[in-house]
Amino acid sequence: MIQLDIRKKLLSAQGEFQLDVQLEIAQGEFITLFGQSGAGKTTLLRCLAGLAAPDAGYIKVKGEVWFDGAARVALPAQQRRASYMFQDYALFPNMSVRGNLEFALRPGASHKRVDELLEMMGLGELQQRKPDTLSGGQKQRVALARALAAEPRLLLLDEPFSALDHATRVRLQDEVLRLQRHFGLTTVMVSHDISEVYKLSQRVVVIEQGCISQQGGPAEVFKAGVSSGKFSFAGEVLAIETADVAFAVTLLVGNQIVRVIASADEARHLKQGDRVMLMSKAFNPMLVAVGHTDA
Amino acid sequence: MTAEWMGYDWQPLLLTFKLAALTTLILCLIGIPFAWWMAHTRVRFKPVLEALVSMPLVLPPSVLGFYLLLAFSPQGAVGHFIESFIGLKLAFSFAGLVVASVIFSFPFMVHPVQSGFQSLPPSLSEAAYTLGKSRWQTFVRVLLPNIKPSLLAGVVLSFAHTIGEFGVVMMIGGNLPGETKVAAIAIYDEVESLNYAAANFYALVLFSVCFAILLAVYLLNRRMMMRVG
Repeated sequence: MIQLDIRKKLLSAQGEFQLDVQLEIAQGEFITLFGQSGAGKTTLLRCLAGLAAPDAGYIKVKGEVWFDGAARVALPAQQRRASYMFQDYALFPNMSVRGNLEFALRPGASHKRVDELLEMMGLGELQQRKPDTLSGGQKQRVALARALAAEPRLLLLDEPFSALDHATRVRLQDEVLRLQRHFGLTTVMVSHDISEVYKLSQRVVVIEQGCISQQGGPAEVFKAGVSSGKFSFAGEVLAIETADVAFAVTLLVGNQIVRVIASADEARHLKQGDRVMLMSKAFNPMLVAVGHTDA
Repeated sequence: MTAEWMGYDWQPLLLTFKLAALTTLILCLIGIPFAWWMAHTRVRFKPVLEALVSMPLVLPPSVLGFYLLLAFSPQGAVGHFIESFIGLKLAFSFAGLVVASVIFSFPFMVHPVQSGFQSLPPSLSEAAYTLGKSRWQTFVRVLLPNIKPSLLAGVVLSFAHTIGEFGVVMMIGGNLPGETKVAAIAIYDEVESLNYAAANFYALVLFSVCFAILLAVYLLNRRMMMRVG
């Protein structure tokens, strides 16, 4: 059981704001911190890992104090046994796949654990390879195996699937889920991919501007947007063109390019590079099946 | 002690390589940790330190040599202190040359190694920390092995630069055979006494050795690049 209540001043492109989060995480729970980039999710994860220090507050794990601002206690990252999986995987380029896992072993731990993990993750054939020669998906599996080799008490995942193609992503999500259940690992993931959050997490914590704006099961949290009868997507303005009386605005939504019509009034406030919300009433959506994903 | 071979006195050359090797060794011990510290520190006076470290690149060696001579002089505070407490005479001695060379070649070790450390993503050290590894273990097993080309550049440049030193040695070492008469000084000396054959001999050896070292480094670097790419 993890209890935390922390505050930390953050700087973003929009200016200064305060990360102010109170949270309890149950043993073995898979929880996701969801929200826009720059909302403070990664900072929260780093505070849990001991890679960043909050300005004030406390973090307690199973009664052990990891951080206490008032008592000036901060357990170093080395002693927390919180494995952190980085977005860039942070594999050690000088070590083989096997070497990376062996490096992560706790002093005195059996090398059998490395063999088990290599087998479990299907990395046996790759064990002598250097990380630079691996594909994105393979690197991700090595990073996950390495995180588990350290026998963590807490697994922290920072947008673990963001650099992967769709098929690899789905396969690895299954793998993460399987291993997380197998080891009964308390896991905190940072993500802004709704499908991933839906699939993996038992609880979603939505973070906006450093504060928790909403939390609950994924179905409960993401239903909110639908029940209001609206779709809304965050996008970025790529171009604005004049077309007679109206304006055609080209937007990047997710990884798709969309052209929409805007009135002169709307377009006046927009410029290239602006972040916008694209909203629509859900009265006439078209749903077309494009194939199944095999689990 | 003389080291005659093939009709030439090899002593200045041996002394040069002894000085370069010792200087490089000391620079490894203090320059690499210092470069790591410089790569990560956020102290406010870092630009001052960076400027100081780079000074030997732009100053005439005679300026550095002049101040070191004043400092090393047994009449001066520093020289007096070192001589009476450590029993080391620095002015016109081999020990003095080593100290001066370390200062003079400092940027040649620190610059490549510091930029090597800075080019590594911070997540590498952080990953090692979260896996329970100490700073020292991380430094030795993760950081150093991943900046091998920079370390090689630092070692070779320091070594080669120490071989090529003249002005500082001239100022604080003088011309004592077997003690401070390195090859660069010997060349000057031989030319002054119109002994061109001997000057040519020293010059040719220095030229060949420096060329061979630099060529080896570039070849080795190319192999390392090819293995990575």
